[in-house]
Amino acid sequence: MSKYSQERFDVLVVGGGPAGIAAAVRAAETGARVGIVDENPAPGGQIWRSSSSEGKHSAEALRWLERMKSSGVLLLCGKRVFHQPDSGILMAEGMDDVYELSYRSLILATGARERFLPFPGWTLPNVMGAGGLQAMVKSGLPVRGKRVVIAGTGPLLLAVASYLRKQGAGIPLICEQASGKKLARFVASLIRYPGKIVQSFALRKEIGGIPLATSSWPLAAHGHQELDAVTISRGGKLETIDCDYLACGFHLVPNTELPVLLGCRLRNGYVQVNDLQQTTVEQIFCVGEPTGIGGVDLALVEGQIAGLAATGKMNATREFLSKRKKFGQFARLLDETFCLRSELRSLPSPETLICRCEDVAYSRLREHTSWRAAKLHTRCGMGPCQGRICGPATQFLFKWTPDSVRPPVFPARVEDLAAQPQPISQVTGGEPQ
Amino acid sequence: MSKKTYDVVIVGAGIVGAACANLLAERGLRVVVVDRDVVGSGATAAGMGHIVVMDDSDAQFALTHYSQRLWQELRPQLPDDVEYDQAGTIWVAADEEEMDEVLRKRDYYQKRGVAVEVIDARRLREAEPNLRAGFAGGLLVPRDAVLYPPCAARFLIHRAQQRGAKLRLGVSVTQISETCVRLNDDQEIRADIVVNAAGAQAAELTPGIDIKKRKGHLVITDRYPGFLRHQLVELGYLKSAHSVSRDSVAFNVQPRRTGQILIGSSRQYGAEHKEVDQPMLASMVRRAQEYMPALGTMSAVRVWTGFRAATPDKLPLIGPCPGYKSVFLATGHEGLGITTSLGTARILVDQVTGANPEIAVEPYLPSRSAKEHAHA
Amino acid sequence: MPSEFTVRVNGTSVAVPIGSTVAVAMAIAGQPCRTSVTREPRGPLCGMGICFECRALVNGIPHSRTCQILCEPNMEVRTDE
Repeated sequence: MSKYSQERFDVLVVGGGPAGIAAAVRAAETGARVGIVDENPAPGGQIWRSSSSEGKHSAEALRWLERMKSSGVLLLCGKRVFHQPDSGILMAEGMDDVYELSYRSLILATGARERFLPFPGWTLPNVMGAGGLQAMVKSGLPVRGKRVVIAGTGPLLLAVASYLRKQGAGIPLICEQASGKKLARFVASLIRYPGKIVQSFALRKEIGGIPLATSSWPLAAHGHQELDAVTISRGGKLETIDCDYLACGFHLVPNTELPVLLGCRLRNGYVQVNDLQQTTVEQIFCVGEPTGIGGVDLALVEGQIAGLAATGKMNATREFLSKRKKFGQFARLLDETFCLRSELRSLPSPETLICRCEDVAYSRLREHTSWRAAKLHTRCGMGPCQGRICGPATQFLFKWTPDSVRPPVFPARVEDLAAQPQPISQVTGGEPQ
Repeated sequence: MSKKTYDVVIVGAGIVGAACANLLAERGLRVVVVDRDVVGSGATAAGMGHIVVMDDSDAQFALTHYSQRLWQELRPQLPDDVEYDQAGTIWVAADEEEMDEVLRKRDYYQKRGVAVEVIDARRLREAEPNLRAGFAGGLLVPRDAVLYPPCAARFLIHRAQQRGAKLRLGVSVTQISETCVRLNDDQEIRADIVVNAAGAQAAELTPGIDIKKRKGHLVITDRYPGFLRHQLVELGYLKSAHSVSRDSVAFNVQPRRTGQILIGSSRQYGAEHKEVDQPMLASMVRRAQEYMPALGTMSAVRVWTGFRAATPDKLPLIGPCPGYKSVFLATGHEGLGITTSLGTARILVDQVTGANPEIAVEPYLPSRSAKEHAHA
Repeated sequence: MPSEFTVRVNGTSVAVPIGSTVAVAMAIAGQPCRTSVTREPRGPLCGMGICFECRALVNGIPHSRTCQILCEPNMEVRTDE
């Protein structure tokens, strides 16, 4: 039996990455009772993921984490939100417990995940996302002396290359599908974002010497029971590279499932928000990647705006507006630079599995005209990942639009579905609703 | 553009519409099937896919028994993705009072040639070790089966298409009239016969028929092969299905061939929206855990709802629609749509073509309620 | 204070650094986490608890997302039985 707990908050923040932390801190500093619920064992999300090996947080991350500690935010780590049984209440599940979390205002900071595109051999063990491999290494996977090919698209590839190299991996090649021209334009545009310029120079130094191919993408991963080598396309030519790991991800897609479950409207696939980060649902805010993939700087600004707005400090949000605008432009720059080229639609062969949970091959999907039909008749998207991996892939391959979202928004224990919100017997801080 | 190019237009590509299309095309008629969504997307997608003989009434028994035989005959031709599995049903008796009911059912079925076996508490535990201890026993019905309905509907539609039937998806019917259906793009389809197989939406198209939506919930788990072998149904299920007004839940679980467990069931009247109803879900899950506690810690991957098409006397409407000359009904199957789809198709098509049905059709004729009103 | 301890993967003892996840323990043991519906060996893909490829039986609990579970001394991990 899951241990059942209740918590009430003035402001509940879902997601303990930079956006969520910034929101929670600003809200808590006004005196409100604030909680963060996050599924990872420690706060920081993906970008500020703590590492079991040597390796420190950035100064900025440390400052925010310290500030969070002193702000009185209640941290609920290792708990995953899966359901909204009634308005104003979210259910979150841990390994052996379940929480009923009630709130007056809700700030959704659910972040993003990598986009995976299928190609022959992509299901072999040791083919992982770029962020995926980085997360594994931060969680103790040894890569010293291992060969890692990095492929896909997005600034994450370079960040991962830098990190892996510091951990002792050898990186024969980084394959970026964007063209050299687009990348050059991106780098030149960085001049508008001084922080980013510094970052990019530092990055250039860290990955100096690692070959970077543009207009390049993986064609096939080879191996019997695990990865041996990868064939890539580079300047129209094929190259096969022996490697131990392939770290392959095609930029990021927003985690919009919980916002959609709660009724928030999307625009162009992102959660629609106004200048105060308010969604189309009363008392629900959204910050960070779900409103637009813009990285840490935008996340911190949006988080702070929402934290202040959720506690009624509208005037205080004004100081962030120009930064929000500027970093919003950076988000658009990311979108334009790293958009997917059409050649990537030809990567899967008929036998390539698209849905990994249910092992549904490309050839079976092609005969359907919608996500819904494919799901019903092949089971694609019916597995435990609930379409998070195959959904963005099929959206790109077939232009299918995803289904509506139903609870549980993540798989949860059957018994925890039976949660019935109880009347609050004791009030700790805040006022009864 | 109103050329009569079809003999029959069928509204609804769910399991019932698909079964009718298949049979009509087999009998050489020119058929078109229209659906506002994809094949097998309404109650067909939402339901459990349990092929079960029921004894609620003689008429219900006749139709489910007939139809189950037809499924068994069709079985060798069913493709793999239909996942037909003769898992059998065990009606679980909680106590001695329910065991009396088990004995009554046994007598009823045996008299009519259905293979059944009364099992005691010990055999019940052997058959299903994950049921909690303390149940009195049950009735095993070994020839009941389970399948995956959307693929069954698709199979039937494909067979119909192979015989020339046409399929129009993503288009709604806004009006049914004599020999004509009007679509939401303002086009019309003309045919000698119109079949309303629109399930829970049927009453919108032929107003006056008494079909009410009866909402249900289901939960499906991740894969736990070997956990469950038979479809297990509590005898209280019958009380739940019987009630014409109360919201209710009943223990009803199904092993899917994938090893996933399908957990049901719930019934609600008057619920129009398809969102998950938390009190109903909680109640249903708790009931399931009372019978099989180990379900509680399983990973639930999806929860969904669906609408059954329910009639006041719990029998479907199969036959000419009152008030029309050329419109037929094949709807109102409540929780037995999958089971009785093939039998429904047979007796509908027999009526359309003037052939002799294999079973008596009077209990399912839509005009029966009119007759009842006439006598009142 | 040791910098690593032992967990058991499919009956074999594996030394893992403190703070490692169970998914990493399986990788160090050279074992794929699971076998797919069509019998393919699979390992972690996303590293963040979304892809469900890293599921394994951990201390008797099936379908545990091992990339989000920290190793504990003497943990019993089993990939497909």
